[in-house]
Amino acid sequence: MRKAFGPIAVLAGVMLVGAPIMVARAPYESTMGLVQKIFYFHVPSWFAMFTAIGVCGGASLVHLFRNNPRADRIAEAAGEVAVLFGLMGLVTGPLWGRKAWGVWWQWDAKLTIALLLEMTFISGILVRKYGGPGSDKLAAAVGIFGLAVTPFVYEAVNIWRTIHPLTSVVPTLPASMGAPFWFCVAAFMLLMVLLLMVRVNLGKRQAALDELYLAYED
Amino acid sequence: MRLGRLLIALTSFVLVSLPAFALQPPTGQSEFVPVESLPPGDQLPAAPLLVTAYAFVWIAVVVYLWSIWRRLNKVEDEMRALAQKAPRR
Repeated sequence: MRKAFGPIAVLAGVMLVGAPIMVARAPYESTMGLVQKIFYFHVPSWFAMFTAIGVCGGASLVHLFRNNPRADRIAEAAGEVAVLFGLMGLVTGPLWGRKAWGVWWQWDAKLTIALLLEMTFISGILVRKYGGPGSDKLAAAVGIFGLAVTPFVYEAVNIWRTIHPLTSVVPTLPASMGAPFWFCVAAFMLLMVLLLMVRVNLGKRQAALDELYLAYED
Repeated sequence: MRLGRLLIALTSFVLVSLPAFALQPPTGQSEFVPVESLPPGDQLPAAPLLVTAYAFVWIAVVVYLWSIWRRLNKVEDEMRALAQKAPRR
C-alpha cells in the first residue's frame, strides 16, 4: 500500500488541478446558469463521503465481531475522512442553493437527513475521543448505524418530496456534462483514498506509541 | 409684559419647528408595481458562490492534512522522548 501512495498522490494532484479546467469548459445548465457548476464538486464530495462510510462500516463490522485492531484503525480513519467530505457537501450545497432556490437551507428530508448523517460520524469521533475504555466498540456501532442510514440519504429525493434535484440527474447527464462530472468524481475518490492512507498511517503510529508506553510501564 | 412673553414663546416655537418641516423626507411610494424577474443589477452573482465553494474544498483538505501532520509530529515527539527515557531505567 505504501508503494501505491506516490503514484496515487501524483495522479490525484494532476486530476485535481485538471478538474477546474474541465469544469470551466463544461456547458452552462439552462435554468441555473453558472452556479450549477458547483455540482461538479458538490456531488463528488458526497460520493467520496459515501465510499468512506462504506469503508468505515465494513471495517467497523470486522472490528465489532472479530476484535481486530487494524480494522478499528481503518474504521477510525474512514469515519474522520467521511466527516471531511460530508462537510464539503454541506458547505457547497447551501452555496448552490442560495442562488438556485433563493435560500441557504431548507429543512426538507434530503438536507436534514444528510445533516444527521454528518452528525452521526461527528458523534463517532467524539465517542472515540471522550468515551473512555471500550469506546472503540461504541464507535464501531455508530459506524455501522451510519452505513445503514446512508442509502436513505441517497434515496431521500426519490422517497420524499424535496426541493433537491433527483438522483436521475446523474445518469441522464449529456456527454458534455458527464465527462467533467465523472472526471471530478475520479479525482475526489483518489483524494479520499489518499487522505485515508495518510490517516491510517497516523493511527498506526499512535498504536505503536501506545505499545511503547505499555512496554515502558512493564 | 404678558404679551411680550407670549410673542417670545410663539417666535421660539416657529423657529424651532421650521427646521423640522424643512427636514421632512420625500413623499413615500404610493403603489407597488410587480415585475416578473429581478433587474440584472439586483440579481445575486453566481461567480463568488462558485469560487467560495471550490475554495472551501481546498481549504478543508489543506486544514485536514495540516491537522494530521500536527498529530503525527506529536506522536513522533512522544516516541522520541520515550526512547530517550528508556535507556536511563
